[in-house]
Amino acid sequence: MRLRVNPIDCAAHGLCAELLPEWVSLDEWGYPAVYDQPLPAQLVKDAKRAAAACPTLALKLLQE
Amino acid sequence: MRLLTDSGPALAEHLRVHGTLSLPSRGQLLDAVEKAGLLGRGGAGFPAGRKMRTVGAGKNPVVLGNACEGEPASAKDGTLLLRHPHLVLDGLDVAAAAIGAREQHLAVHAGSIALPTLRAAMAERRSNVRLHEVPTRYTASEETALVSFVNTGSAKPLFTPPRPFEAGISRRPTLVNNAETLAHLALIARHGPAWFRSVGDAEEPGTQLLTVDGTVVEVPTGQLLRDVVDLRGRQAVLVGGYFGTWISAAQAREVRLTHRDLRAAGGALGAGIVVTLPTTSCGLVETARVSAYLANENAGQCGPCFNGLPAIAGALRSLAIGPWDDRTMTALDRWLGVVPGRGACRHPDGAVRFALSALSVFAEDVEAHRSGRTCGRAKAPAVLPVPRRAA
Amino acid sequence: MAAPTLDQAPLWYLSRSSGLVSFVLITLTLCLGIASTQRALASPRWPRFATQGLHRNVSLLALALLVVHIVSTVSDSYVSISWWAAVVPGVSHYRGLWVALGTLAFDLVLVLIGTSLVRLRMNATAWRWIHYTAYAAWPLAWLHFLKTGTDAAHGRFGLWIAILSAALVGAAVSARTTLRDDPAPVRSVVR
Repeated sequence: MRLRVNPIDCAAHGLCAELLPEWVSLDEWGYPAVYDQPLPAQLVKDAKRAAAACPTLALKLLQE
Repeated sequence: MRLLTDSGPALAEHLRVHGTLSLPSRGQLLDAVEKAGLLGRGGAGFPAGRKMRTVGAGKNPVVLGNACEGEPASAKDGTLLLRHPHLVLDGLDVAAAAIGAREQHLAVHAGSIALPTLRAAMAERRSNVRLHEVPTRYTASEETALVSFVNTGSAKPLFTPPRPFEAGISRRPTLVNNAETLAHLALIARHGPAWFRSVGDAEEPGTQLLTVDGTVVEVPTGQLLRDVVDLRGRQAVLVGGYFGTWISAAQAREVRLTHRDLRAAGGALGAGIVVTLPTTSCGLVETARVSAYLANENAGQCGPCFNGLPAIAGALRSLAIGPWDDRTMTALDRWLGVVPGRGACRHPDGAVRFALSALSVFAEDVEAHRSGRTCGRAKAPAVLPVPRRAA
Repeated sequence: MAAPTLDQAPLWYLSRSSGLVSFVLITLTLCLGIASTQRALASPRWPRFATQGLHRNVSLLALALLVVHIVSTVSDSYVSISWWAAVVPGVSHYRGLWVALGTLAFDLVLVLIGTSLVRLRMNATAWRWIHYTAYAAWPLAWLHFLKTGTDAAHGRFGLWIAILSAALVGAAVSARTTLRDDPAPVRSVVR
């Protein structure tokens, strides 16, 4: 599973970084950067929460 | 010359010089294009035949010609439209036949001086091509932005996937080809792949249009850069436009104008744009001006881009003409690292790559400017063209 | 005729009390929903997902009490309101208009909560526009509360709830529409 941000929908609300600080960090303007690698198993549950919490649904959890 | 013949734009002359176009079967056309080894001339250099085969396998495909020429330093597509529009229109017919498309679209910048000639040519052949006049923003002629413009009227890049070849105009598989690519297709359909391959580089064959210091020339592919432009009195060369990179004069003396050679040199051939920088100019001042232009041309959709590019441009400006603060260098390094890859399109990536190449090629100037020694060339006349914009 | 006492009409009291509490919770839900859009209200100790989660949980609690309110109201024989009146506005003869507004509010609450439960599987823009109907649901609930729930012999208590809740929602909505909430300076034109 992989996390990806749709940068057009993203409005820098930052809930993703609150819920998954191990994988998402915010740049100085509040926009998220996520690792472009498969998620470690133990982070998947929080990644699901983070994707669900995004107010614009810009954070996507992809099965790859 | 193949594309840039002496004939005028009228249909009669076009047919006299090139002969009528009789299209072989779809399968034969696809084979011909693949065998010809034509690479797209819009900048990416992707094999045209392979793209056609992929799009042609889809349902109800569509062809979209891109003659917008968003790069300010490029003039080849505009030249084709103005002097040989029937080559481009023939190319659309060829591409449509090769993929089984029943719809043809052509995108041109709104207000282009080629529009009257193009419209006249379309009338001459009673063309069914749907013409789209696209806003002149740099990011508006990116392929997903064009698709978005045709679909919704908004010329802003889209998040991918899906790319246009999978789902584009009206969600149909869309073949996007540069105007020059279309022109080559028009001739491949007439003369065959062997003819096409008979000149130029073995792996990237044919002829190509280059815009060299504003002048459009047609040369066989694979030329040495030094054979195409006079490098005397030049300190660096910009290759590939603003989506390309600077290369030093030393590199310029050795490099060949092919996609693979320039990639190996850490640069890109792009859409064949070559601009030489005289020793009397300052590379950092030129880079700063263009970076400001690129920053202002963002589509306003992605935070890292519309925040990062203006920040980078501002830092380059203070590096170029002062005032300089060493903390700015730290911030600039951070921004250059944090911006690429985080936009929906490759605009921020291109802008960053352009800036990084400047910092590398003009490293001596960077040192001089940082230690406060002015280079005295800030007031030299502008070399890199930047369109004027209403605020 | 004097109002019934608690032992005479327990369901009636349950209906009115659960109605009042669910209305207060609906008011809180709306305010929490607005609060969860404000970056300025987030801090490392109270992150936005906490406000978002509270909004969600309070809305579910409000729904639970709303169901109690509806079931007890319909079950009670003191006033005759059919089961249909719970979801179809205008069917009830008792205080027809005002009950109907409550019914309409309940319908909207069902849609709001229902769509939110399947939010990840539906179109994001559609969800957003449907969620904006919350701004219609609350006034309907308020009018229903005011006109069917504040004339009890308990004094001005209900009236105060109506006034205070209106003030709170008014302040929250006006803040939502006037406060800028951008993350950082947007596009700056570089000279």
